[in-house]
Amino acid sequence: MSSQTIPTPQEIVEAGLVAAAGVKDCVVIVTCTAIANVRWARTTLTTNGETFSVSAAVVAIVDVDGGTAAGSVTGQIDSAQDVDRLVEAAIGAARQAGPADDAADLPESLATADWSKAPGLATSDELADVTPALGRIFVEARKDGIEHFGYAEQAVITTYVGTSSGTRARFEGPEGRLELTAKSHGRSRSAWAGRSGRRLSEIDVAGADAELRQGLEWQANRVEIEPGRHTAVLSPSATADLIIDLYWSSMARDAAEGRSVWSKHGGGTRIGDVVGDARITLSSDPSWEGLEAIPFATAVASSAASSVFDNGLPLNPITWIEQGVLRNLISTRATAKESQVPLAVAVDNLRMDVDGGHGSIADVVARVEDGLLITCLWYNRVVDAQTLLLTGLTRDGVYVIRGGKVIGAATNFRFNDSPVDILTRIIDAGDTVPTLAREFGDYFNRAAMPPLVVQGYNFSTVSQAS
Amino acid sequence: MTNRDVDHDFLALPLQQCQDAALSRARELGAEHADVRVVRLQNSSINLRDARLDGNVTAVDSGLSVRVLVDGCWGFAATGEISATAAARVAERAVTMAKVSAPLVTQRVVLAPEPVHVGNWVSAYDIDPFDVPEADRIGLLAEYSRTMLAHDAVAHTDARVLAVKEQTFYADLAGTRTVQQRVRIEAEFTAVAIDGDTGSFETMTTTAPPVGRGWEYLTGGGQTVGGARAWNWDDELTRLPVLLAEKLHAPSVEAGRYDLVIDPTNLWLTIHESIGHATELDRALGYEANYAGTSFATPDKLGSLQYGTALMNVIGDRTVTHGLSTVGWDDEGVGAQEWDIVKDGVLVGYQLDRSMAAEFELARSNGCAYADSATHTAIQRMPNVSLKANPEGPSLDDLIGGVDDGIYIVGDKSWSIDMQRFNFQFTGQQFHKIKGGKLVGQVKDVAYQATTTDFWGSMTVVGGPSTYLLGGAFNCGKGQPGQVAPVSHGCPAALFENVNVLNSVKEAGR
Repeated sequence: MSSQTIPTPQEIVEAGLVAAAGVKDCVVIVTCTAIANVRWARTTLTTNGETFSVSAAVVAIVDVDGGTAAGSVTGQIDSAQDVDRLVEAAIGAARQAGPADDAADLPESLATADWSKAPGLATSDELADVTPALGRIFVEARKDGIEHFGYAEQAVITTYVGTSSGTRARFEGPEGRLELTAKSHGRSRSAWAGRSGRRLSEIDVAGADAELRQGLEWQANRVEIEPGRHTAVLSPSATADLIIDLYWSSMARDAAEGRSVWSKHGGGTRIGDVVGDARITLSSDPSWEGLEAIPFATAVASSAASSVFDNGLPLNPITWIEQGVLRNLISTRATAKESQVPLAVAVDNLRMDVDGGHGSIADVVARVEDGLLITCLWYNRVVDAQTLLLTGLTRDGVYVIRGGKVIGAATNFRFNDSPVDILTRIIDAGDTVPTLAREFGDYFNRAAMPPLVVQGYNFSTVSQAS
Repeated sequence: MTNRDVDHDFLALPLQQCQDAALSRARELGAEHADVRVVRLQNSSINLRDARLDGNVTAVDSGLSVRVLVDGCWGFAATGEISATAAARVAERAVTMAKVSAPLVTQRVVLAPEPVHVGNWVSAYDIDPFDVPEADRIGLLAEYSRTMLAHDAVAHTDARVLAVKEQTFYADLAGTRTVQQRVRIEAEFTAVAIDGDTGSFETMTTTAPPVGRGWEYLTGGGQTVGGARAWNWDDELTRLPVLLAEKLHAPSVEAGRYDLVIDPTNLWLTIHESIGHATELDRALGYEANYAGTSFATPDKLGSLQYGTALMNVIGDRTVTHGLSTVGWDDEGVGAQEWDIVKDGVLVGYQLDRSMAAEFELARSNGCAYADSATHTAIQRMPNVSLKANPEGPSLDDLIGGVDDGIYIVGDKSWSIDMQRFNFQFTGQQFHKIKGGKLVGQVKDVAYQATTTDFWGSMTVVGGPSTYLLGGAFNCGKGQPGQVAPVSHGCPAALFENVNVLNSVKEAGR
């Protein structure tokens, strides 16, 4: 099969819907993924890549004894025959699946003006500006005894959704990312800087490098800090990792069933309860400039967080926590009805605002008398779902603040703390800014968070890692 | 290896044409090394909630990639299209990528030599999961879920099964040409109990490990081979609700230091994090410093680092039957092997790919290169890393019988370890208090925390072969862009003395 005969995403959608014309309903989702990346360690290239792939998912919806069933199959498409095979397999899967609890009519038709456009691309050209800049940084680093490690990526994911109810919706999501780690003095010092944005070429490489050098310099002075509860200044990246975990743990169905931190004693959810400081608002909006997220629902399989029957549903701005009050939990049309909560379909971006928070992270540090500045967090895992207790580690820079100034660096620490509990212990915050979550940025890279000053952050034990 | 051959429809792809087109084009453009891979991954995911289907999807991910070395610099490119035309085009893009990346190269890549291999290999399984009607698969999960729901204490159940068939064609300029097919499966069943009086809840998940087997594993079929046990689902699913009911009302653990008897259903994960990842040479050299992290077990300590007690013997292998990392050849064409990593408590070996073996001036890689799909380049990934049982070691009952005051930990749950593999914290599914050599009931809210070498230095008894189990992980993450890899870890039960145990409720400040 030559490349000339491969159907376009739009042709795949139309062919799939025609092939499934005999069943109750059908959804075709085509995802085009283009990625160019380069990775380095020890101040030399390690791997790189340029990839482009097209994947199609067909959700067939059929009438079966006792209700309506759905079957989902995904695969690569090299020809029109591949589309037919995919549809046939999806129909077969649906007929074997049995009635679906989330069965519903597909949403009304949605059309986006860019439907006919080709998928976005990312090629090695995207790296052409970044690699020379990195090369220059490497030259200077070698002179100064600094080793560099890191990763740069430009991805463009273009999604096409077509449904038998008439939806023809397209979204192109460019995602650029740069991460730099620098080590010096026999690797006893280590600093990290991360940036994300729509285009890698728009990221300030030199600015990130300056941040690294500042961190390495701060680490010249080691300060002994015992584990325990200390005031923590969480960078926007560290804040993002904690709040993303909270977001992912906010399923309405789990809460209604009594198995979530958002479950109410005696039944139901905690929607309407005060769960944090009255200055805090947590929200999502697919239209935010710079954090644009896919504005309609896509789901290849159903779960507590998504329903295949919601494909094509427009996504609205949602406030999850409004001035400290829990307003919404993630739901689908089915789980919202079942759990008796407002419909709130997950959006792929997240923003936290703290009323009165102001200034950069440096400004926030200047307002702290005694605390620890945390560059980023790592290996965060849920220890106890009931309290959403997380454990994890600080990484690549814990700085000691005294009298509004960084006076040196401490060891790394393991923490045990809950982002839900932290919502009640915020004593100061800075401006909300776009940030790259160190741990979860691979999966969720559209976040805007403030630096937070948290009282009594639980640094459980020392980590010797450097 | 079984008597099966690779599926005909994979062999019917234009593999030879892709090989010829990619490798010849790469050679024309000046590559000193080139390899081409064609990969097809079939995935099936089925989730049930309260014995009813919640979500299911079958996915096929296929494509081809070309990796080249041009003037000592890597270049990699991939596409979802499998054809000779695409292969030649991707070879050109890989060479372009090598040239774009050249400004970043300060150390030329050299590959350790490897004999030429030609052949096909298929993993050991009886029933291809993709040959089982989906209705039958869903039906079995529903039946198992109902077994748990029948108990009064169980308010909800979750069931999840992932099945994978991975087919890989590899060829390189040296003449190696291999085709492999691997099947693996993972199943988890979780029961939830809710205390109506307090509003608290507890969960408990089955301890059956993921394995390199087919659907027979879910029906209790197949043969036990060494530590790869055929699983008695009826027994575990019947006992689990009873244990959960007890756990719901169990006392919260008193934080402090305890002797821990750790079951292999929990210990495999501690091995994975504190030995498996720590002895990846790419980490030890710093390749993962920006992402997954480095290792305290640096090359200057090879042959001298006292990793644990003299009872500690750890091997790496890509050969064990039903192992998740078991292959015929790795993704650089290196034949599967077995080697020592820790011997009598001392670090003696690493996990390697061909470039690291050359840098280490070794004659040959031990075959740990893996790419999780056609669209990702091969990096050093974990082989099966296993703690050997003591041939004369005690049974589980005898191991517990030797503990006066301790906790027996079963099943894995939460895990976390620092960026150099020093400080870790793990929880589990069941925590049975030991008093006077007897199990006296469960406690809850347990997390154990230690530093790697202290922990393995506290291992005073290693269980015998009867306690040995091949555990493992289906989706171990590493690399940028992120890749997943399946890996098994065999281990016996073992006794660790005087380990720090936290109370997770107290840690939350409650």
